[in-house]
Amino acid sequence: MMLRLFRRTSLYGSLLLGVSLALSANSASHAESLIRRGIVGEPNAFDPAKASLWHEYYLMKDMFEGLVIYDNKGNIAPGVAQSWEADADGSVYTFKLRDNAKWSDGTPVTAHDFAYSWKRKVNPETASMDPRLLYPVKNAQKISKGEMKPDDLGVAALDDLTLQVTLEGPTPYFIENVAHGTMLPVNKANVEAHGEKFARPGVMVSNGPFTLHEHVPNDHITLVKNDKYWDADNVHLDKVEFVPTLDQAASVRRYEAKELDMLTGVPTSELPRLKEAFKEQVNIAPSLTVEYYVFDTRQKPFDDKNLRRALSMVIDRDFIVDEIFSGAGTPAYSMIAPGIASYGEPSKVDFAGQSMVDREDKALELIAEAGYGPNGKPLEITIRYNTNATNEQVATAIAGMWNEAFGIDVKLHNLDLASHYGHLQSGGEFQVARASRTPEYADAVATLSLDISTQKTYNYGRFNSPDYDDLIGRSHTELDAAARSKLLHDAESILMESQVIMPLVNTANIWLVSPKVSGFENNPLNEHPSKYLSVRKEY
Amino acid sequence: MIYVILRRVVSTIPTLLMVITASFFLMRFAPGGPFTLEHPLPPEVMANLMKTYKLDLPLWQQYIHYLFNALRGDFGPSFVYKGSSVYELITSGLSYSFILGAWALLIGVAGGIVVGTIAALNHNRLPDYGPMLVSTIGITIPNFVIGPLLILLFSIKLGWLPAGGWGTGGVYNLILPIITLALPQIAIYARLVRGSMIEALHSDHIRTVTAYGLPQYVIVIVHALRGALLPAVSYMGPSAAALLTGSVVVETIYSVPGIGRYFVIGALNRDYTLVMGTVILIATLVIVFNLLVDVLYSVLDPRGRYD
Amino acid sequence: MTEAVNSISRSNSGRGLFRLAMLRFSKNKTAMCGAIILSMITVFSFIGPFFTQHSYHQNYVSFVNLEPGLRAHPDISALPKVAQRVAGRARVELADFTTEGRTFQATLRADQPISGNIARYFDRSSEFDETIIVSRTDDGKVVKLSGIIPSYYFLFGTDANGRDLMTRIMLGGQISLTVGLLASLVSLVIGVLYGATAGYLGGRTDEIMMRVIEILYSLPFVFLVVVLVVFFGRSFILIFFVIGAVEWLDMARIVRGQTLALKRRDFISAAESLGLSDWQIIRVHIIPNTLSAVIIFLTVVVPKVILLESFLSFLGLGVQAPLTSWGSLIADGASSMQSSPWLLLFPATFFVLALYSLNFIGDGLRDALDPKEK
Repeated sequence: MMLRLFRRTSLYGSLLLGVSLALSANSASHAESLIRRGIVGEPNAFDPAKASLWHEYYLMKDMFEGLVIYDNKGNIAPGVAQSWEADADGSVYTFKLRDNAKWSDGTPVTAHDFAYSWKRKVNPETASMDPRLLYPVKNAQKISKGEMKPDDLGVAALDDLTLQVTLEGPTPYFIENVAHGTMLPVNKANVEAHGEKFARPGVMVSNGPFTLHEHVPNDHITLVKNDKYWDADNVHLDKVEFVPTLDQAASVRRYEAKELDMLTGVPTSELPRLKEAFKEQVNIAPSLTVEYYVFDTRQKPFDDKNLRRALSMVIDRDFIVDEIFSGAGTPAYSMIAPGIASYGEPSKVDFAGQSMVDREDKALELIAEAGYGPNGKPLEITIRYNTNATNEQVATAIAGMWNEAFGIDVKLHNLDLASHYGHLQSGGEFQVARASRTPEYADAVATLSLDISTQKTYNYGRFNSPDYDDLIGRSHTELDAAARSKLLHDAESILMESQVIMPLVNTANIWLVSPKVSGFENNPLNEHPSKYLSVRKEY
Repeated sequence: MIYVILRRVVSTIPTLLMVITASFFLMRFAPGGPFTLEHPLPPEVMANLMKTYKLDLPLWQQYIHYLFNALRGDFGPSFVYKGSSVYELITSGLSYSFILGAWALLIGVAGGIVVGTIAALNHNRLPDYGPMLVSTIGITIPNFVIGPLLILLFSIKLGWLPAGGWGTGGVYNLILPIITLALPQIAIYARLVRGSMIEALHSDHIRTVTAYGLPQYVIVIVHALRGALLPAVSYMGPSAAALLTGSVVVETIYSVPGIGRYFVIGALNRDYTLVMGTVILIATLVIVFNLLVDVLYSVLDPRGRYD
Repeated sequence: MTEAVNSISRSNSGRGLFRLAMLRFSKNKTAMCGAIILSMITVFSFIGPFFTQHSYHQNYVSFVNLEPGLRAHPDISALPKVAQRVAGRARVELADFTTEGRTFQATLRADQPISGNIARYFDRSSEFDETIIVSRTDDGKVVKLSGIIPSYYFLFGTDANGRDLMTRIMLGGQISLTVGLLASLVSLVIGVLYGATAGYLGGRTDEIMMRVIEILYSLPFVFLVVVLVVFFGRSFILIFFVIGAVEWLDMARIVRGQTLALKRRDFISAAESLGLSDWQIIRVHIIPNTLSAVIIFLTVVVPKVILLESFLSFLGLGVQAPLTSWGSLIADGASSMQSSPWLLLFPATFFVLALYSLNFIGDGLRDALDPKEK
């Protein structure tokens, strides 16, 4: 068998070898309008049920269209659903589908397609990567756990164009969930005919503005305009080419060589130079991502709040933002990044407004109370982070700050991403560890609910506060928006006061966008569907 | 001769088996798994995934499964690239790596022989130092520096060549990655050939031939080169296997869709089946090329090697 | 008796032979040139840190990404702006700022009495040092400060964390050269013992031992290293051990070949007839006689290992920060070669010079030791 594999490929290889140099590079025609978008890595999946990463959702949302979509400004817009309404307490949603939505094979998109796709998504046999956004729907989590059948999911197609969704309870942010890249429909006939292999060029049937045309792993993914799409008249691009580039520096070079038209994942260290060279082509928009360090409260002495607060106080976040993130971000003092409309201004930690010198004075008192610091017991701290140039710079800077302020000996320990998070998520012990969070949907609870004491996977530091658990629990059932916001703000204050989680930076999304591209808008949700983009031929 | 080759072929089976076993278990000892992401998965989702990919079975059962499937030519699905099988990923990637690698090997060997021979003929004179100094660049500057520098010059400053990507696979796209791959090979082959050529030129055989008054190029090409190539030939086995299976650095820098990155990405992502697939492929290639080289060696070196 | 046997083998490898080799080596211009450059780099890396102003992990918050140069930092002309910023952070107004030589005087004003810790605001930034309050007037609403301006020199510039690049290159040199040497020694020890044992014992043992090598050969090396580093972590010791552990295969093959050839020589059978044990024969006769092949091999392996370490650094699997190696510095520098080219240029220069030197020393040694060229 091995020999067969070897022989086939070598034959193929040597054949190609013969012709490869004979072919000229330039054969692409320039008649059609094409955009080349750099993405940070090869997508792991083309099946919406198996997607879980940001760069995959860009692709998914271009190929498939959900009931509700985000436009290029990050606002909710009607997708396949023309309109939707919730009942009085917000636990039953009814979506009215447009009658002209079609799959790329010409068949109509119906409410049954959505019911099928969502049931498929929570079905344990599908082994989907991220069904969490469906969990507000009645029975979704129980189905995922195998306790109920997929057909028990709270979705019902009342007729071809009406979809009724019954939720576990009132969920104020449900429409945000519906707009997410994991809630996209798949074509039942297509999936049943081809099984796992439906998500391939030439086979896949989709309902979005574009269809999958070509895929060379690690080289490019080409989408072409879907003529059957209901809003095809407003789609300006004929082709979208996604170019996965793992190495950030390499992708910037390809942008500089004008081989990419837009690109995200720009190394912050290169920002000053790029701003100089490309001026307004560099787009920096605040994101909802918070970079933070977490203390392991199971480990002495990190169970001591005074120590944690002292360590957090002396970190000069302005330096980290200005020098390491090259100004692309803001100093973070709260668990939630500003920019979630329903939440407003987050609850910051109490020392957020104080000057560095005042904080240093206070920190010295606190650390003395904890028994450490310049005149106390010696302390050695190990910071764990996943291997990455920026993470290393941040850790180095923080090590220096702790050493300077308290004379603490700081060691660094970096591992590859899988080892780092594998350790944290399996409950491994540590002292201080780096992590980051981006809310799955634009609601504060998406982030805050991860730190309740019963949460063993995400709550790396084992933060444990009955008051916090209680506030989060009450927020789930609170219908009044203002009261709910108050509960969540109070919860955030408790978390911040404890400083088990020590926020560092709200990062920014950085995009390089060629001047020939129009329709690109900065937005905190980082939504940039190709549907709204167009390219000018010459510039 | 045939018997020896046959024996070698048969003896690769236990070798491969050992390689599979060793890498299978080594891989599993690393912390984390294929579904460990920055965003942790809920426990039930993780459980469903583990079940679907049969990762919840005891390790020895997984091993037996893997072994049997591999024997049947089924290298399993990739855990990370969902919907693709390891076989598909590897065959697709190999076709690209193979082209780059073959050119790099060709240029490396040819360039190395030329440089090495010139240097040896001018032993300890300027035409010895000069070419050796230049060719040694390939093994003194890491290719992750040479690559970006070439791109900076030829793609960004001059705009002559693309900065990356396979494109249509034309000469424009391939020239920079091939040069980057070939440079260290030129250096290594040049050093090997130079050393053995100097030795060969001092041998009694060549002295005799020189005494006959034959022209120098005849002496070098017909008489000295044959012996002088032996060390280069024995290096060709491992170097061909390594080049043809891609280079993680060159593929990363030039965004080439080859398989060189798969070990590293696969190992870092814990894509167990993908790593196993590449390991088996490389092990097989190493064994095959070493065998080919031994055959070639025994053709070039009449004294034989099997004693 | 062992004494006698020892002396036989000694005379065999011969002190005279070595002296001759050294003489030949010293006549080889490129090799000597390489040796001189390499010793200079070694001295720079190991002795240099005693003479620099900075430690390799000292972050200068105010001196991030400084370009290389001979000037003293901070630059006096830039100081008023810095003082302005410091005053701004302390929420007071900078009324006056003067410098004289490397000292400064500042007058601050505010609507409220200024707190006594104002001096610390100045000391916090690396530009000012030993700031003291000279006078407080107007109920403490006006404060005069004075202090000194330290002089720092960053000949090679600083990195993104404000660390002195030259000191980092010295540390990088220590690590890279040590990793190179130690990894090669590890591969040498394993390789020589393994190869000599296999070659001398021969037969079935030899066959099995060579089969093990064949298996290891066919394991892709990159995979092996990645897995070992991921598995065992990234300590400095591990990195050279891992590299050494994968590099010994060639050594073992070479030594085995040499041993096979030696075995047919008379003095081995003589030793056997004298009743020496296998291990004694291997230790006393076989290993010393493979020495010249071993030295030649070593000179090939050392630069190879250093290059390999740089490759690991490129993959993000190099030595644990804040330690660094030339490879790590180059990998970092390569990613920002357009914004801060000096971060690539300086470490790469040292790296390339060292590797060139090692390669030429290797060539020189080979020419000098190779008996065929006498």
